[in-house]
Amino acid sequence: MSARIGVVTFPGTLDDQDAARAVRLAGAEPVALWHGDHDLQSVDAVILPGGFSYGDYLRCGAISARSPIMTEVITAAGHGVPVLGICNGFQILCEAHLLPGALTRNESLHFVCRDQTLRIENNRTAWTNAFESDQLITVPLKNGEGNYVADEATLDQLEDEGRVVFRYVDVNPNGSRRDIAGICNASGNVVGLMPHPEHAVEELTGPSTDGLTLIASAIAALAGGGVLA
Amino acid sequence: MDTVEQALGTPDQPQPYAELGLKDDEYQEIRRILDRRPTSAELAMYSVMWSEHCSYKSSKVHLRQFGEKTPETDAMLVGIGENAGVVDIGDGWAVTFKVESHNHPSYVEPYQGAATGVGGIVRDIISMGARPLAVMDPLRFGPADAPDTKRVLPGVVAGIGGYGNCLGLPNIGGEIVFDETYIGNPLVNALCVGAMKHEDVHLASAKGVGNQIILYGARTGGDGIGGVSVLASETFDEGGPTKRPSVQVGDPFMEKLLIECTLEVLGAGLVEGIQDLGGAGISCATSELASNGEGGMHVVLDRVLLRDSSLTPEEILMSESQERMCAVVVPDNVDAFMAICRKWDVEAVVIGEVTATGRLTVDWHGEQIVDVPPRSVAHDGPVYERPYARPAGQDALQADGPGNLARPADGAELRDTLLRLLASPNLADKSFVTDQYDRYVQGNTVLAQPEDAGIVRVDEVTGRGVAISTDCNGRFAQLDPYRGAQLALAESYRNISATGAIPLAVTDCLNFGSPEDPAVMWQFERAVTGLADACLQLGVPVTGGNVSFYNQTGETAILPTPVIGVLGVLDDVDRRTPMSWGPDGELIYLLGTTRDEFAGSEWAHVVHGHLGGIPPQLDLEVERQLSQILVAGSRDGMLTAAHDISEGGLAITLAEMAMRADVGARLWVPDGIDPFVFLFSESASRAVVVVPRSEELRFTEMCGARNFPATRIGVVDSELGPDAGEAAGTQVLQVGDSFTVTLDDLRAAHQGTFPALFA
Amino acid sequence: MARVVVDVMLKPEILDPQGRAVQGALGRIGLTGVVDVRQGKQFVIDIDGEVDDDVLAQLHEIAANLLCNPVIENYEMSVDVTGGPAPVGEHQGTFVGASSDAVAHANEGQQ
Repeated sequence: MSARIGVVTFPGTLDDQDAARAVRLAGAEPVALWHGDHDLQSVDAVILPGGFSYGDYLRCGAISARSPIMTEVITAAGHGVPVLGICNGFQILCEAHLLPGALTRNESLHFVCRDQTLRIENNRTAWTNAFESDQLITVPLKNGEGNYVADEATLDQLEDEGRVVFRYVDVNPNGSRRDIAGICNASGNVVGLMPHPEHAVEELTGPSTDGLTLIASAIAALAGGGVLA
Repeated sequence: MDTVEQALGTPDQPQPYAELGLKDDEYQEIRRILDRRPTSAELAMYSVMWSEHCSYKSSKVHLRQFGEKTPETDAMLVGIGENAGVVDIGDGWAVTFKVESHNHPSYVEPYQGAATGVGGIVRDIISMGARPLAVMDPLRFGPADAPDTKRVLPGVVAGIGGYGNCLGLPNIGGEIVFDETYIGNPLVNALCVGAMKHEDVHLASAKGVGNQIILYGARTGGDGIGGVSVLASETFDEGGPTKRPSVQVGDPFMEKLLIECTLEVLGAGLVEGIQDLGGAGISCATSELASNGEGGMHVVLDRVLLRDSSLTPEEILMSESQERMCAVVVPDNVDAFMAICRKWDVEAVVIGEVTATGRLTVDWHGEQIVDVPPRSVAHDGPVYERPYARPAGQDALQADGPGNLARPADGAELRDTLLRLLASPNLADKSFVTDQYDRYVQGNTVLAQPEDAGIVRVDEVTGRGVAISTDCNGRFAQLDPYRGAQLALAESYRNISATGAIPLAVTDCLNFGSPEDPAVMWQFERAVTGLADACLQLGVPVTGGNVSFYNQTGETAILPTPVIGVLGVLDDVDRRTPMSWGPDGELIYLLGTTRDEFAGSEWAHVVHGHLGGIPPQLDLEVERQLSQILVAGSRDGMLTAAHDISEGGLAITLAEMAMRADVGARLWVPDGIDPFVFLFSESASRAVVVVPRSEELRFTEMCGARNFPATRIGVVDSELGPDAGEAAGTQVLQVGDSFTVTLDDLRAAHQGTFPALFA
Repeated sequence: MARVVVDVMLKPEILDPQGRAVQGALGRIGLTGVVDVRQGKQFVIDIDGEVDDDVLAQLHEIAANLLCNPVIENYEMSVDVTGGPAPVGEHQGTFVGASSDAVAHANEGQQ
């Protein structure tokens, strides 16, 4: 029985099909979840994909964070279900207070699409356990509002607790504080990152296949029966 | 309120047809068609639908050639006349593609003009029943350092990115060209390509008496009232921008919902006919649907959902509010259709039905305000035979060749010329712009800028995919519009072939000055004829396109700019040929014949500010041979890389390949050719390919069998730099004994220009 | 009929690149002496009926948690019960409260 990983579609979500492809290529079964339902369909893990849900109106992810499906996602996250937020998904996780901080406008004020090098600084989360510690990966990044901010106390706490999962290397494309590209919650089951691992799954269409390892990590975490903090 | 009954009763009432852009004879023709004076609503409809932008009245007589000279091909499923051409690419897949202009609105409001241009072309594609796959944008601006370019370019780029990225469509290519003639008239052409299975092709026709007409999407407001007829059919005055009519404002989120909703209703088989609302809004959609179908439609205009309740019926008919579509649905399917719209939070309302009357009738507040034969509005608009004449100055222009321009005298000057050209705005690296576009969404992008063509995979199982390129050299077209249009087609056709795709079909966006100027009309007639002749000879039909006239400020028209888009197919995108060379020792071959041809070249323009002479000669049979070699070479695994030669010549092609690979090469100038000509001439029908040694014999024999010139001009070599042999060597291009240049120096020149100008 | 106006601004310690871009533009068009520019949002909400204490509390909750992101933004709210549409940008309302550190910290506790 392969792991069943839910991929949520909000109005305006763009990368749901790509996230589903990543799940499929990694050997798990993608399950389409609808924003308006109160039903996670018993999936083993959830991905909140990238895009411009609700056109980024009000604030990126603000309206999505209050969708019916998110009540279920928040509950499931509290029970240790692995949840991955990619780009707009990361914004939604912050708006839903499953992760601290916020994503704001890129410092350059321009949307930027580039192949980004990241360092894996926490390989004990549900989504990174199949990486080596300090491994460098290359994953596409594409956003206009990817500038991660939080107050100094929160940033210090994230660093002290090893909850910075991905860090920008060589180039900080959006001005994120402390070069933070992605973080996790205290339990390590909820991870959010701005870059797009679902676009690094085939040599034909991406800069690497490093993205598959995030899904492989979740599959391994689920097979192991629990999450490592 | 002006009703049909009122019009019958007041035949001599003066009407403001001139203010709406209609000429005296056009107004009289409307009276003749209706056998009475038109109501004000009918007048509004005719005025927008008979505008140049909608009716093609100045271009129809010439565009006929595309139909008359259509080459024999099995690939066409739907030809000219529909929203976009549809091409069979094999395995039951069909692809639709089209390029359109949104030039004047982009001068007035760059962000929204460009954004709504993208929105409009995407809706054209989904109204054929296709899922949009990718977009591309051929753009042209005034001089790069002009203050107004700094106003327009960033806005246009932000608009394209802001709208396209939000729709989830990868931007896979395009062009950015600067010339002083575009300063008051930037060109923003937008292309979209989509795919569907053969059986899913939908046409814009209203058939089946009693079928319901449903308007869905955004509410109707005062956007762009009369924008089409006012903006695109008149030139700007000097000292503008004084004309600021209301511009359309786009909402990409609504368009994204519209795409998903439309694909779902199409997939559920709920739609008999479908049309998007673009220029001329409801007037256009209803008259086109009606005239393509049974010929009769009745509309109750009160049912249209409004953003602004103060709109008059004339304004509602003329409104160009974005993100609206019109579907024809059998009564039994209406509930299911509405349910899908509700799911996507898209508003929808039945505004009318198909009738057997052969007339398009519109009621407002219970009274009839429109009763017209739909064909007269949508298809049988005025046709002009505008006078055209070769301009008096053309002979002198062609006689003023670049032969006397001072040429680089030695290797150092050749090196400087290369760096200077690479840094010039037309040739400089465009990443500053293209990095603002998402190229990854949908996960099917195989090649994107700066490669020769954009390639997207259509079928994940078989690997079947399509390649698209858009090209035009306006300076060549100015020197000789007939040959210039052919050279544009040849370049795009060559770019497709360089990636290994087989060219199949053509779309065009013909951007010209005022059709009231016989010299411009001559350019147009020559370009269309040249294009039609070339398409026939190369066997690639024009499937559709767009004409944009009145790109003119005062007396100065833009360079004639016939942008040509070619679509090609790959059985398996995995076999595509990129531009970046690879391992050391692979052989660099120049395909084709290089002549001393610098008229209209980048060198003449950048170094001497010169435009004159006759553009490079073109033998379409040679171009076809080159295409076959590139495609066969790709398919049979003989080539590591390929890149076409165009603006700037061979030196630019080689520099681009080296920078892309971050690997240098040892090159030499063949015997018997002058180094300057070798490096910078812009002769047509040439490409550079990189061949592994193991494939060299097979490849050269293939060229020999076709008598096609293939000259070995270099070897990929990463160890030429000052620290050759050590790990940290600087990559260089070494050109015989003439000069050596490091890739760092090439990059500094190439990549510095755009950030310095626009960041 | 009451008009509620909520002004949302980034917290002073948050980088505001849009405000900075506007500041640059002001300088380029000749306005000297501009020390700082911050860019924010204004929500104008027209409500039928009376804005009593319950409604006011609801509005504060909405302003604090939906209209503004308490991690990075503060809000100020005014209510105008005199009726009739006020010109955009001007509100004659009564100031009724703003986000405070207490509110911000309360939200952080939810993580």
